[in-house]
Amino acid sequence: MNFSVVGSQFFPLLINGLALGFIYVLISVGYTMVYGVLRLINFANSEVFMLGTFATVIISRTVFKFDINSKPSHGMKLILVLLCCLLASMATSGIVAVLVELIAYRRLRAKGTNRLGSLISAIGTSIVLSEGVRLLSHSLPVSNPRVLSKFYLFTIHGVGLRIDQFLVIVAGALFFFAVDRFVKVTRIGKAIRAVSMSEENSRLMGINLNRVISITFLVGGLVTGAAAFLYETVYETTVFNVGFNLGIAAFTAAVLGGIGNLRGAFYGGLTLGLAEEFFSAVLGTQWKEITVFVVLVLVLLVRPNGLFGEAIQQSRV
Amino acid sequence: MINLRDKGAELWEGWNRPKRVAFAFIVVFGVLLLPYAGNFSFTNILNTPISSYQAILVYPVGMYILMALGLNIVVGKSGLLDLGYVAFFAIGAYTAAIFGTKTHLNIWEILPIGMGFAMLAGVLLGLPTLRLRGDYLAIVTMGFGEIVRIAILNTNSVGGPNGIPGVPNPPPIFGQSFDLADPAHFFWIVVAMILLVIWMVRRLSVRRPGRAWEAIRQDEDVAILMGVPTLRYKIWSFSIGAAIGGAAGVIFASQQMLVAPQTFTFNVSVLILSCVVFGGMGNIWGVILGATILSYFPERIRFISSARQLVFGLALIITMNLRPDGLLPRKKREHLSQEERDEAKSAKAALKLAKKTNREAVN
Repeated sequence: MNFSVVGSQFFPLLINGLALGFIYVLISVGYTMVYGVLRLINFANSEVFMLGTFATVIISRTVFKFDINSKPSHGMKLILVLLCCLLASMATSGIVAVLVELIAYRRLRAKGTNRLGSLISAIGTSIVLSEGVRLLSHSLPVSNPRVLSKFYLFTIHGVGLRIDQFLVIVAGALFFFAVDRFVKVTRIGKAIRAVSMSEENSRLMGINLNRVISITFLVGGLVTGAAAFLYETVYETTVFNVGFNLGIAAFTAAVLGGIGNLRGAFYGGLTLGLAEEFFSAVLGTQWKEITVFVVLVLVLLVRPNGLFGEAIQQSRV
Repeated sequence: MINLRDKGAELWEGWNRPKRVAFAFIVVFGVLLLPYAGNFSFTNILNTPISSYQAILVYPVGMYILMALGLNIVVGKSGLLDLGYVAFFAIGAYTAAIFGTKTHLNIWEILPIGMGFAMLAGVLLGLPTLRLRGDYLAIVTMGFGEIVRIAILNTNSVGGPNGIPGVPNPPPIFGQSFDLADPAHFFWIVVAMILLVIWMVRRLSVRRPGRAWEAIRQDEDVAILMGVPTLRYKIWSFSIGAAIGGAAGVIFASQQMLVAPQTFTFNVSVLILSCVVFGGMGNIWGVILGATILSYFPERIRFISSARQLVFGLALIITMNLRPDGLLPRKKREHLSQEERDEAKSAKAALKLAKKTNREAVN
């Protein structure tokens, strides 16, 4: 226990927490959107994220020939590389998410089965994806070469804002804003909201259910892919099971804010990112993973529907 | 799709008591002889390439069946999604390890203590969380499983990452000793526990708790309106399931003689849940079948060692797509009232009689 660290390291912890928090926000958007339409935990979302991180690494390594020793780039090339990595990561994650829906959910949904059946097939998909990547990468962690040189934008009293953290915070906020607008304003967003209110009624209103669900997975996947790219920019390494802990944390964040509720994912993600940084500074990093759950249990005890809750239908297994 | 469960149930209902008892005895006897089934040349295929067949029968097969039956009470009977079942297994195993190495109690004396601790953990976890619904419960139980594992990992007095070695084997009963060299004896203990659990679940299912669980599973709001004290029965379901997990943990620790935190990961919870859903939630025989397949199959395909998890995942996807309700799904009795069932029964009897008279007339 070391409480003095909170005082002395307040701003660095705050910035780290925000950066981590925005990554959580983007991943939990993937969970919360799928949950909104299907009322299912998409267990394969962590693998969607993992494949996004690998796409980023592969593009910067093979297409742009970066390696561990190469110098960070700058100028127009930097922007080009970053954009390509981002697009590749988003495209991979988006496509994988849609495929996951086709393989793990669609047939089971057509048969009108219980929810746990889909849960198990999603777990199966998740195992297949992560094991496939494990075999291809020989279980070894893969490092992402440094494309963006990590300089401090400014420092005040020794507290600096690093460029990659700045990028995560800004891009995270932008992506979240974009998804939020997409769901709130567009016609398809309206259809998604309708399906999440009532599947049956929206079908009666002439909404193509399968199409809406596919689009939901696609949007969730794209945002998760963006999160994967941002994660690689900050942490610069990936491994076949990178999605596991991040996925659990992001889902927890979604639940924390009130799952099925986009704004909830936003506040939940930030709360969790900050809580994790501060608690692990006080308690020691080995307890970092526990703080996620302790925060969750405490919040649910006080507010059973999440912080910014939305009443969730009773689940029937 | 052929419906094995209905065929089996039909056959069973047609038998009288002595026939049923005889059948049960034959099955139990056959199961008890299973450790020796790999001894013949034509059954050699049972022997798995790396670990011995007899050892596999105890862990994972026997243990997974036991735990899947325990989880089935929580998930299958009462419809509460528990993603942290491994926590109770860990609590049982660590109770056995701590009491076994630090006190003079033997494993048979520790068994009820381990079950008690697991049950206590179930109640303590259940009291606040069982008020939550559905997926919140799932995520909180998952968190609990991880909290238990990480707490063990970070606590040096229980060995931290190294675990606790030297957990004693149980003392001999009926002159049968227990040690690692002879897993068959452990297998018989596990079978005895499984039989006990099957008996308990079957009794509970037709009595008040079972009916309360069924009501909660089908519609909790209606159950509350009908005066079912739902929280109390949910906690019962949770803690009975936990106690079975704890018992499995105690036996596991004393058979392996070592407990270490890396055994108790989230994957185990997922695997046990897969056993329940894969076999057919709520149906004991389905759950046993599912657990047997899912625990034995990965060991059997160890020869493709690196890709076996991949094949396991593929098998899960394919089977769930083909049989979404599991291999042996539970009877869907909620659609039929008692009269309708009586009617169906008498119609069936009439059909049988007609066939019989028809045959006799032909002859």
